[in-house]
Amino acid sequence: MENPGTSMQAITKVVMKGRVLTMGGRIDEMFQFHQVALNLRAARQELIASNIANADTPNYKAKDIDFSSALKGALGGTNATLQLEATAAKHLSGDAGESVMGAPVQYRVPVQPSADGNTVDMDVERAQFADNAMRYEASVRFVSNKAKDVLAALQN
Amino acid sequence: MSLFNVFNIAGSAMSAQAQRLNVVASNLANADSTTGPDGQPYKAKQVVFETMQQPGQVGAGVKVTAVVEDNSPMRKVYDPKHPMADQQGYVTLPNVNPVDEMVNMISASRSYQNNVDVLNTSKSMLMKTLTIGQ
Repeated sequence: MENPGTSMQAITKVVMKGRVLTMGGRIDEMFQFHQVALNLRAARQELIASNIANADTPNYKAKDIDFSSALKGALGGTNATLQLEATAAKHLSGDAGESVMGAPVQYRVPVQPSADGNTVDMDVERAQFADNAMRYEASVRFVSNKAKDVLAALQN
Repeated sequence: MSLFNVFNIAGSAMSAQAQRLNVVASNLANADSTTGPDGQPYKAKQVVFETMQQPGQVGAGVKVTAVVEDNSPMRKVYDPKHPMADQQGYVTLPNVNPVDEMVNMISASRSYQNNVDVLNTSKSMLMKTLTIGQ
């Protein structure tokens, strides 16, 4: 408000507008963490499902992501994959390999490697699958409760 | 949506394991078939699994790329009274090893069950997701 002569009405409008904006931003922020977490959990579930599906495929290597660093990266926006600069069409693309929401997909270190080159340990995969599903449902609960909180705040 | 993709992955594995079970059933059923449509004894069959990587997706399903015939030597049994016995009185029987086939069957059935569990878990996760905000 550089001009002190602005009418009262205009000021209230701006303030109201500002409030509405921050309110919308807050609600968005409230859900953003769980949104990212749920997306990552779902992507990890897919990875573990493909490990279980390929338990009998020769030379298949079990894959997973480091969830906590992937979540940190996704929230902080530091997961972006680096690209090599190419000045000619025939330069190598420098592809960083597979990634989930920007987080690198890593190979599991096998405890008991099998003769056919497969590194899927069904006990590990089943445990991780159940663990991931449980945590996904926990996140769903959190989101649900937050949505209820927001609704309660809006109604009163 | 990754959770829907889990259905495709687990489904592909279930169909591949079912095919493996099918081959096992065929091998066991024909363990004593001394002759086939071509006049030759039955040869044991095996499935070949391969990872099915969809472009742009990290998760990968599995598919049966080929059904190959086992080229190990056939079983020979001395039984001159058998109608399929050769000049020396030997009958050529299929190279099916029932122990191998039973192990294969148990392995296929366990893998199938694992994938059914994966599918059910993912389904219940999706159902829970639909209740967000209710």
